[in-house]
Amino acid sequence: MNIPALAREIADQVRSGILKASDVTEYYLDKTEKLNPAINAFITIDREGALDRAREIDSMVERGEDPGPLAGVPVGIKDNIATHALRTTCGSRMLEDWVPPYDAHVVRRLRQSGAVIMGKLNMDEFAMGGSGETSFFGPTRNPHSLEHVPGGSSSGSAAAVAAGMVPLALGTDTGGSIRQPAAYTGITGMKPTYGRVSRFGLVAFASSLDQIGPMALDAQDAALLLSVIAGHDDYDSTSIRDSALIYPIDIKEKLRIGIARNMLDSIEHSGVRASMDRAISFFEEHDYEIHDITLPHSEYGVAVYHILATSEASSNLARYDGIKYGHRAKDFSDLQDMYLRTRDEGFGMEVKRRIMLGTYALSAGYYDAYYTRAQKVRTLIRQDFAQAFEKVDVIIAPMTPTPAFRLGELADDPISMYLMDSFAVQANMAGLPALSVPAGYDGSLPVGLQILAPQMKDEYALRVAMDFQEAGQWHHRVPVEVLP
Amino acid sequence: MAISKDEVRKVARLARLGLTEDELESMAGHMESILEFVAKLSEADTEGVEPTAHVLDLTAELRPDEPHLDGNATEIMKSAPDAGFGFFKVPKVIGGEEI
Repeated sequence: MNIPALAREIADQVRSGILKASDVTEYYLDKTEKLNPAINAFITIDREGALDRAREIDSMVERGEDPGPLAGVPVGIKDNIATHALRTTCGSRMLEDWVPPYDAHVVRRLRQSGAVIMGKLNMDEFAMGGSGETSFFGPTRNPHSLEHVPGGSSSGSAAAVAAGMVPLALGTDTGGSIRQPAAYTGITGMKPTYGRVSRFGLVAFASSLDQIGPMALDAQDAALLLSVIAGHDDYDSTSIRDSALIYPIDIKEKLRIGIARNMLDSIEHSGVRASMDRAISFFEEHDYEIHDITLPHSEYGVAVYHILATSEASSNLARYDGIKYGHRAKDFSDLQDMYLRTRDEGFGMEVKRRIMLGTYALSAGYYDAYYTRAQKVRTLIRQDFAQAFEKVDVIIAPMTPTPAFRLGELADDPISMYLMDSFAVQANMAGLPALSVPAGYDGSLPVGLQILAPQMKDEYALRVAMDFQEAGQWHHRVPVEVLP
Repeated sequence: MAISKDEVRKVARLARLGLTEDELESMAGHMESILEFVAKLSEADTEGVEPTAHVLDLTAELRPDEPHLDGNATEIMKSAPDAGFGFFKVPKVIGGEEI
């Protein structure tokens, strides 16, 4: 039996009765169980739940009903997205045993579209990290080289898709956490426009930046998954009305491309530079109208991000108090001591660092110097984009300064790790849709190209990614570590 | 920018994080290096610039105030580390250390 790698092909064949959802699910479960000990992409594999759901989908098809656009497609869910009756750990000891009493909005959408939820994916603890190494459940490894990180924080989502353990995964992106691991693992990952996908049921990290998005083997599959999860939700007060996305993407107009010159010029890594030069040649050769643009305040992005994200996190993570859900310390002397011990035991070091920095930035006497100033520079970054988008429809930029680094390489150097997100955080600052598409290799390690678009023009970025991926065919390369 | 261990201790109390002496030490070093790094924000000219709290032009909408069933209290209470008779159980709140 020939089981397709692409979600849209699986769905087509399941809907038309050529393939059985239960065979597809069995195939991907077997593959996952074989590969997961080496890659550690999944925290929880739901074999029973997935096969039950697959059989339901098969009966629907037999009865002549249409299960939906993701009929029989196995999907992995990042473990900070609530799944009813399926453990949701957030990569943390704090939520090690938390079984949500409800589904996130995106999960409900997936179930309604015929998807088969195969399990929950590893991640940096509370989505704080850029390597997957801060997970309480151990690091995830890059399927292209087990010595290298897959990036983060959506480490398991990226590795699982790259390794062919699932055709699709959901990730979340607060400062690059979908796109950076997508670049490191040679897949396509997208952060949609802020507000286009409901955050209801997403464990909050930095609420003004967090966004759920698709991770897939190519741009069409990413668009398909986005079309299932996008759209208004009454349960998220920042959800945009009329924000559905139509699949397939139908953009006829000729899109103008802006090249983020100052970001490209800052690249020192020869392999990344070569991939970026080749990408620009592609757009020149294919008669795109090209303009150089600059984003002068982008150099402040990571600093703004760290003040705002840690401040919001220190407030959001105050809820983990050992009372309503999550870990509670066993031994304590009184209520205050219970809080202190519960949070000390429940959170890992990187989460503590960020809570501390955010608490400091918001504390009396420092608020204006850090938080308010960061919010003002955020305005300047948004204005840079507003100006650039007056003359171009999309912006292309590097995704990361280097390909994936080695496990442990940056463990003692948090600032170097944070700087890996220099190009990524910009989209979160301005609420823009942005994606990473495979753009080449440096040895065995993938390199990603970033494509950004104005708010609610997610379709533009996807359209350009579809054109671009055809040229290099980088998205078809199978990671060496999972070759049969 | 130097941060004293006492200052770090105070922030840890505010954040309800029970850090050990060693952790306080390494946290001070980390916070210093981050604050040094973000100090570059003072180079940006923010004269007359409005702060961004949110990137969307959304106004808060009100929904009709109608009762409806949502969630299952029994299932929700199952997540609690300690509960009984439909209540969350907590250590004694009155008395104890001032914070």
